[in-house]
Amino acid sequence: MSATIQKFNRRNFIKVSATVGGGLVIGFRWGSAAHHEKKGDALFEPNAFLKIDRNGRVTLLNQNPECGQGIKTAFPMIIAEELDVDWKDVTVEQAPLNTESYVRQVAGGSGSIRSSYTTLREAGASARAMLVAAAAKQWGVKASQCTTKNSKVYHKGKGKKAAYGDLVDAASKLSVPSDVKLKDKSDFRIFGTRIPNCDNDAIVTGAQKFGIDTKTKGMLYGAISNPPAHGLKLGGVNDSAALNVPGVKKVISWNDKVAVLATTNYAAFKGKEALRINWKENGERESSTRLNSEFARMIDNETGDTKRKVGDVHAGLKKAAKTIEAVYEVPFIAHAPMEPINMYADVKEDSAYLLGPTQTPERARQAAAKILGIPESKITVEMTRIGGGFGRRLKTDFVEDAVHASKLAGAPVNIIWKREEDMHAGNFRPAAMYKYQAGIDRDGNLDTWYMRSASTTERGAIRPENFPNGAVPNFQIDTFFVPSKVTTQAWRSPHHNVVSYLDQSFLEEVALELGKDVLEFRLELLDKAINNPDGKLDYDPVRLRDVLVAVAEMANWGKSTKNGIYQGISAHFSHHSYVGQVAEVSVKNGELKVHKYYCAVDCGQLINRSGAENQCEGGIIDGLGSAWFCDMPIVGGSSQNLNYDSYRLIRMNEAPDVETRFLDTDYPPTGLGEPALPPAPAAVANAIFAATGVRMRKLPFTQNSLA
Amino acid sequence: MASYTLSVNGSRQTVDADPSMPLLWVLRDLLNLTGTKYSCGIGQCGACTIHLNGAPIRSCSFPVSGAVGQTITTIEGLSESGDHPAQLAWKEEDVPQCGYCQAGQIMSAVALLNNNPNPSDADIDAGMSGNICRCGTYKRIRSAIHRAAEMGGAA
Ligand code: FES
Ligand code: FES
Repeated sequence: MSATIQKFNRRNFIKVSATVGGGLVIGFRWGSAAHHEKKGDALFEPNAFLKIDRNGRVTLLNQNPECGQGIKTAFPMIIAEELDVDWKDVTVEQAPLNTESYVRQVAGGSGSIRSSYTTLREAGASARAMLVAAAAKQWGVKASQCTTKNSKVYHKGKGKKAAYGDLVDAASKLSVPSDVKLKDKSDFRIFGTRIPNCDNDAIVTGAQKFGIDTKTKGMLYGAISNPPAHGLKLGGVNDSAALNVPGVKKVISWNDKVAVLATTNYAAFKGKEALRINWKENGERESSTRLNSEFARMIDNETGDTKRKVGDVHAGLKKAAKTIEAVYEVPFIAHAPMEPINMYADVKEDSAYLLGPTQTPERARQAAAKILGIPESKITVEMTRIGGGFGRRLKTDFVEDAVHASKLAGAPVNIIWKREEDMHAGNFRPAAMYKYQAGIDRDGNLDTWYMRSASTTERGAIRPENFPNGAVPNFQIDTFFVPSKVTTQAWRSPHHNVVSYLDQSFLEEVALELGKDVLEFRLELLDKAINNPDGKLDYDPVRLRDVLVAVAEMANWGKSTKNGIYQGISAHFSHHSYVGQVAEVSVKNGELKVHKYYCAVDCGQLINRSGAENQCEGGIIDGLGSAWFCDMPIVGGSSQNLNYDSYRLIRMNEAPDVETRFLDTDYPPTGLGEPALPPAPAAVANAIFAATGVRMRKLPFTQNSLA
Repeated sequence: MASYTLSVNGSRQTVDADPSMPLLWVLRDLLNLTGTKYSCGIGQCGACTIHLNGAPIRSCSFPVSGAVGQTITTIEGLSESGDHPAQLAWKEEDVPQCGYCQAGQIMSAVALLNNNPNPSDADIDAGMSGNICRCGTYKRIRSAIHRAAEMGGAA
């Protein structure tokens, strides 16, 4: 949609005149950029557009990358709700990143919905108010006497009605109202309904384009070789065999990377296999064995970095009537998105165009500008639909590859990493070891909680704000950092995915040691956090309690009589949402079968029920699958599981049924791309314990014998 | 390099390729049929699933030389206008998340339905375990296969 800004009207919304075809266009800003505008009265630049044309079609230019969280459907639903349009009249276009004013254009942290909710509602409500005003003027009635429904304005008294499409030209001559009233919850018609993913037609016919499908005239495909062991440096490249592969055009290298450029993807991959590269040693090679012994040594002997401290854990442990201790181990794991890592770049003398599946176009542009030494304003970044991100595509390493390669080759390139290149190159979820100590006082209460975490990430692989923080008088979390050549990167619901498994497992170790019911024990602690919290609370213990109670009811907790089936429970707060889960498992001859998950969610106002359920189902499968199977040991400096034969992902025959319930709460919506994942591993780990008496103290579960 | 004449989605196509070039790359690189996806390249994920004479194959691991004289169907050729019962069921169940694996999932599901018009859950486990969905849409894939079966999925 090409549009020119006509006039400044109010701070966050402006009317824009559409250059083609007429209609009503409102430009607005969302994300935190909206606040910056309050400073001055200058004309502001909108970062999103809502257009209603003469046929009544509504188009939203959506600027958030889509990587499967359903944002591309949920965002227009929010506008449509306030605008009162027929859902079938709404289309969504992906907007390129073309100005510095794009904010919150990151698909990570489940924050997209939360940061945009009010602005999107106001945009819809503003347009609706203008359409109503236009109709009222034509009919000589008061706007307040008009109603709207399914893309029409009505005046009951005069028996009048008009379609939005017939009102847009008149509406576009009015000014954007300075105040709009948002709908009451009881008037919502679209929120909470099931709207299918807006790209489904293209996806099921194979028409949907992903980054890997980008092909332009004169473009070369590029296959990357990364160092085969972490930390190695590039020595020399013998490329004669590679250049003999039909279709291979060039072999280039920079930093510690080599790329084979060819006219087809096939030739690029084949050429890559034919390279003879001399990689130079660069100090000690890394190994998981070294890391684990370092973790263990530090946890036991050194003073860590204290990240949270309430009361005095040392005094608490000293005077405890009983102490409980456990050590947990967590391996590196890969993101392994189904779409291989790829990026397209066309670098020109003083400009560049980037296209591909980045979760963070802002950072992609910054990285490109730095490499090329040209201003960011000369770089255009457009996003393709993302074939799975999980945090991997928040990193810009692959964007940099494409920029370097296009620049060196003097041609547009689509750089595509072979599966193995992504799997062995690091960027993993950090490896870690955790030591828990709990102190029980004379009255049998949990009085001290001390967690010591050693990991390969400097900031610590922890989430100190989580429950049972707030429910224990002496509470401390210390971290220890073991530097490694293996690079790490945020992995879907960073640290929560591990910490929830740990906390919710060890909590049960404590409960069972005390002879308490594992649900009752959690509820007692939450009561304490509600009525008499220790230290600062970063979560709402009422909401956490409510999802636990709800999921227990769904699962018929403790009363289920199904033969040979055991239940485990878990709950976690992350990314502003609350999720409780019960898993049902059976174990026969050492074989685990996960039958079902129950999932109770408080994510505030529900937007798209289908999308939200899909996220919960997917989050649970991902949490379960990664805890059950995923492992990336490092031996002799190299990652060991380089493809899906050895790097096991969960499959159809292992995937449980999932039943989800959304609690009806009055909070604004919070995202769901991540929050259903963290509780999933512990729910199963606890169920396995109920079935077998074996505690899953190591990930993946396959590291613990069930026989 | 040699010249191969293939039957793809009902039309004859001639390509120049080396005999070991996998069908996956023939489709994507030479015929611009990009609906078939690369993910593992070693026959482990099913993203590249197509039909050879109606049977599912992993096109990443199947050389072009083996496909001469046989009928190749890709996701693009599954139906005229995206209305194969499996495609309709996939939309009704709102299966996709990122969508990357789904072409392969649908091709495997259609092959399963062609063989077994009314598959049980165990049949679905057996027929679909070669297809990975990293986004974890398995529950919906299962429901969609049952729904497609009700609609006469072997159509
Ligand atoms: S790409 Fe062929 S099975 Fe994975
Ligand atoms: S929908 Fe993303 S991999 Fe299946």
